[in-house]
Amino acid sequence: MKRKTKAVGPRVTWKEIKRQKFLMICAALFVIYGIIFYYIPLGGWIMAFQNYKPRTGLLHSAFVGLDKFKFLFSDKTFLQVIRNTLAMGVLNLVTTFVMAIVFAILLNEIKSVKGKKTVQTISYLPHFLSWIIVTGILHDAMSTNGIVNEVLQALHIIDEPINYFAHTKYFWAIVAFANVWKETGWNAIIYLSAITSIDPSLYEAASIDGAGRWAKIKNITLPGIRPTIMILLLMNVGNVLNAGFEVQYLLGNGLIKSVSDTIDIYVLTWGISQNDYSLGTAAGIFKSVVAIVLIVIANQIAKKTGDERLF
Amino acid sequence: MKNRSKKTKFANTAFVVCNTLFMIAFVVITLYPVWNTVAVSFNDGIDAVRGGIHLWPRKFTLKNYQTVLGLESFATGAYITVARTIIGTLLALATNALLSYIVSRKRFLFKSQLSLFWVITMYVNGGLIPVLLLYKTLGLTNSFWVYVIPGMISAFNMLVMRTYMMGLPDALEESAQIDGAGDFLIFTKIISPLCKPVYATVALFVAVGQWNSWFDAMLYNRTKSEYTTLQYELMKLLSSVMQQSGSATSVNTAANNATITPVSVRAAATVITMLPIICLYPFLQRYFVTGLTIGGVKE
Repeated sequence: MKRKTKAVGPRVTWKEIKRQKFLMICAALFVIYGIIFYYIPLGGWIMAFQNYKPRTGLLHSAFVGLDKFKFLFSDKTFLQVIRNTLAMGVLNLVTTFVMAIVFAILLNEIKSVKGKKTVQTISYLPHFLSWIIVTGILHDAMSTNGIVNEVLQALHIIDEPINYFAHTKYFWAIVAFANVWKETGWNAIIYLSAITSIDPSLYEAASIDGAGRWAKIKNITLPGIRPTIMILLLMNVGNVLNAGFEVQYLLGNGLIKSVSDTIDIYVLTWGISQNDYSLGTAAGIFKSVVAIVLIVIANQIAKKTGDERLF
Repeated sequence: MKNRSKKTKFANTAFVVCNTLFMIAFVVITLYPVWNTVAVSFNDGIDAVRGGIHLWPRKFTLKNYQTVLGLESFATGAYITVARTIIGTLLALATNALLSYIVSRKRFLFKSQLSLFWVITMYVNGGLIPVLLLYKTLGLTNSFWVYVIPGMISAFNMLVMRTYMMGLPDALEESAQIDGAGDFLIFTKIISPLCKPVYATVALFVAVGQWNSWFDAMLYNRTKSEYTTLQYELMKLLSSVMQQSGSATSVNTAANNATITPVSVRAAATVITMLPIICLYPFLQRYFVTGLTIGGVKE
């Protein structure tokens, strides 16, 4: 009996360890690397509870308890950047998800193989361009003499060209559009491969029963890719707060700071430009904690609804 | 009956037409801004400020390209970007592959602990400031190595490679072991040759990331112009455009004359920076499609 249970897993004996010497040594090196670059920075979180001064260092700076967090939550700008980050994060998540799914389903309905392939190849292109390039291109297109104003004027929707980067009301939509423009084709890849793995006999059976195109999409395609949608949604929910740096940093300006600044930009401003490392770290911790809470909540919901989950 | 089939036929045609129109609109919206940048890059700077350039340059010139290629900072940026892309990709590939090999061995005693150790790093990180302090302490700031060493191993790439390696038949490894091959030999001679597709995928992801990154150059090497990157130089051009939006002030260069503007120079720089990617990505499609599909599957 005893023997049987032991034989299930690999036995930890000196002989086995010796035989795995190469694996062990390499694994140890990877752990050391991981500790240095991923785990030691977590120790830096102590700074958030100190009045950190570079001169005195982590060990000798005075502890101030939760003062930095109290300052954060009494700071109107911080509350504003939380709102901006959440709003843009959720808006981006929803728009990019919906667009990718719609695009994948519609592309799948194209019968010409060549046409499908061409459109798909083109759709990936923006994903490979850096945010610097994308924001530059977008800035040109939306400038006062850019194509967007030109088209809208030609269609008589507006009379005067609009400077979109000077009004707070456009910014969130611009950021969402930028994300959709850049990532729709890329995000659709995974849905397209999920659609191709749906059993074709389901569609045939539906056709025989007289189901139209919409009925098939609604009753076969969408349920078929539902697990993929759910797992990707879960993986991305934790990233909602991460969705706010490059575009906002590159496209934001003094006029629209109140809607464009995000937590990451706040950290950058306070931590790097103002040299208040403690406050910057505290804001960073807040972000990490919210991200983890969001992932856990989403995972719980997925558990309840019986969908796939992360852990 | 007849009426109904006629109706479905009409609905069908309507759908095909709408769908085709949608796809055409999609392609136009994707390609137009990119093509427009190309047109502006070949257009006279002052003339471009007037706007109204769409698909073709109005006043053709190569001056913008001459200016960009003559900028010393741009040449340095190109050199550093190529170097970090090559070195960074090779380093990341070697380390991620080895790590994935280790965690995908069923017989390895600590495989699940090692996997967990790395998966945690996907969700928890120290954040900007502690990381910056660490790099300062390690002497990585103001150096080239900050581009390739810290981000070398990523848990996501590890998971993609691990999934692929786990799909290979165990018999390969077992027969090699019977022949007396050690882990290093099995990894380099047996497993790696079979993993070429997934290696290509990860290499592509890493290479694109390296080519496109600018934030590390700004944050860690701001004062070191010898370690600037293409994208960071482009970012500086972009902010100069945004500040002087619409005005015709010229860039300060040796080749300075009144016909170049930040807008046109930036367009030329953009085209040069995106050219390698545009030329290469269509041929690498099958690799990233496999990679994404593996990566998206729950382990």
